Amino acid sequence: MADPLAFKRDTLSLHAGQKPDPTTGARAVPIYQTTSYVFDDTEQAASLFNLERAGHIYTRISNPTVAVLEERVAALEGGVGAVCTASGQAGLHLAVATLMDAGGHIVSSASIYGGSHNLFTHTLPRFGIETTFVHPRDTEGFRTAIRPETRLVFGETLGNPGLEIMDMPAVAAIAHEAGIPLMIDSTFATPCLCRPIEHGCDIVMHSATKFLGGHGVAIGGVIVDAGKFDWEASGKFPTLTEPYLGYHGIDFAEEFGPAAFIARARAEGLRDFGACMSPTNAFHILQGVESLPVRMARHVENARKIVAFLDGHDAVTWVSYPELPSHPDHERAKTLLPQGSGAIFCFGVKGGREAGRAFIEAVELLSHLANVGDAKSLVIHPASTTHQQMDAAALEAAGVGEDMVRLSIGLEDPEDLIADLERGLRAAARAAKGR
Amino acid sequence: MDIRVDGALAFAATGGRAFDPSLPVTVFVHGAAFDHTVWKLQARYFAWNGGSVLAVDLPGHGRSEGPPCPTIPAMADWLVALMDAAEVGEANLVGHSMGALVAMDAAARHGGRVRKLALLGAAPAIPVNDLLLGRSAEDDHHALELLTGWGYGRRAHYGVHKMPGIWMTGGGLRTLERAAPGVLHNDLVATNAYEDGEAAAAAVACPTLVVIGARDLMTPAKRGRALAGMLPDATTVVIPQAGHIMLDEEPDATLDALKDFLVD
Repeated sequence: MADPLAFKRDTLSLHAGQKPDPTTGARAVPIYQTTSYVFDDTEQAASLFNLERAGHIYTRISNPTVAVLEERVAALEGGVGAVCTASGQAGLHLAVATLMDAGGHIVSSASIYGGSHNLFTHTLPRFGIETTFVHPRDTEGFRTAIRPETRLVFGETLGNPGLEIMDMPAVAAIAHEAGIPLMIDSTFATPCLCRPIEHGCDIVMHSATKFLGGHGVAIGGVIVDAGKFDWEASGKFPTLTEPYLGYHGIDFAEEFGPAAFIARARAEGLRDFGACMSPTNAFHILQGVESLPVRMARHVENARKIVAFLDGHDAVTWVSYPELPSHPDHERAKTLLPQGSGAIFCFGVKGGREAGRAFIEAVELLSHLANVGDAKSLVIHPASTTHQQMDAAALEAAGVGEDMVRLSIGLEDPEDLIADLERGLRAAARAAKGR
Repeated sequence: MDIRVDGALAFAATGGRAFDPSLPVTVFVHGAAFDHTVWKLQARYFAWNGGSVLAVDLPGHGRSEGPPCPTIPAMADWLVALMDAAEVGEANLVGHSMGALVAMDAAARHGGRVRKLALLGAAPAIPVNDLLLGRSAEDDHHALELLTGWGYGRRAHYGVHKMPGIWMTGGGLRTLERAAPGVLHNDLVATNAYEDGEAAAAAVACPTLVVIGARDLMTPAKRGRALAGMLPDATTVVIPQAGHIMLDEEPDATLDALKDFLVD
């Protein structure tokens, strides 16, 4: 950005959305652990409730600590604003509920987080919202799947768990031709590796639990409004372009312009659904965001060393990482993820399910758990955990094999990680021979 | 609301409440390449507290049909024509930056139509930087970035918007990006060419408020004070830390200044 006064990414990570506390001078972001805020007088109170003045009323709707995180992530992503939520899943639900009613339809990449897949496949249909899944590399398939009632195209920067990289600019163009926004879950990439808004995305979401927080201590989510989508021109989003009786007949697109989506998400979605982030969780996640650029660089550096170790190892059948020439999206990764393809990737253990189990039980330094994006390295077997609610066909469609092991590479010394992986692979090889 | 002005469709936001010309009317005029949304909070306040509001989109801006008016006096005449079309006899005029010049010019030449005048980010003349003019002539996105960078004060580049979760400069840039090609250049040329500010200020008969951002780089505080000195009946309010876009940077302080001045 050529704004002569604009701060650069590393500075925004530390400063965006905050000034030293005006009351105490505290340099760190204080935890405003309060439910509510005293009004100056009755007139100011009335003005706050009627959006004539801005400010905090009740922490379910907004909170000063949470607002710092919201602004910071919005700044890092290049958006107009953000809303933090109780979890990444709450953020996804909030976005969907802000955009559509019963009868709505979503076109989604098939390779997404298992929880999101579950929401789309089993839960949203109970509320009259259907989803069609498309392979992330089938760009034209997104066009074919769009129906008159489609209100959202959804995907992930790096597919889960196969790290498929959809052609984001092309899919965005297809969505926009149909008058529909593109929403991207960029949890695996973070704004340090990819800024989806620069590639045509209209709404970015993160599970802030992962790399943004980075230390595995707080659950949270965030949705960022790019502010670029023309809701009026689309004509498909009455929640944003027609008077909302739940707020004195406010027309969000008319009054808030580019911030219409994020304003409605807060004014209605946080107020009525209530899946807000706690101030303490926002504080924990902010500590992670402050070091995000430094950590992501080290995450990627370590991941590259581990990929190099596994690629070609006798006990490994395959490694899927976009920076490897063998990955189908190798060339696209150079364009969309020039700083690195993240620190989460999968490989196959020779010997299938039993060898995979032996591997996971033998490693010590890598923690076997259902999370990614921690400072500590993590390992999981998706077929039996995160994606276990899918049947065989859905697993295949999502690119999840029984031999697949997913790693989330942390910040340990890579030599120690390689020693631990070597231990696991020896156990896997023994299990494979004993079959 | 949509309204026909000189045969073209024009839009004016009414602060979320139906327009009623029988109430005290306040007309808000945006700056170069902006639109009515810059007044969202202030417009809602006046619409819901005993008045009625027209936050206009100048021709070719926002939802109003084009082409944009080529000069400040032409914009001022259009503004008065819009008041005619809306059956508004007399109104408060509130203008920001280029819109302040428009409001001041209207008040100077159509004095009977203006009850009170409020000028935000204003100066007797607003010369435009050559680099900005050149980039805008090419519809270069860099022009929007320069405008955002210089328009928002140093403090605003850290954020901390009064509206929770809103990233200040991001919102400003996106609003500017919505302007059609050529609109920013039209506005900057019109602003740069306006040389009647001193005479217009002297001709303003109504009480006038000059709102100054202490850290304004585009219309520096001393230029705002100079303008106040040229106005026959001026009140000055300086908002500390604010840059040129004080209505977004410090919406409450801006509203307080307007409320104290405009509400009897």
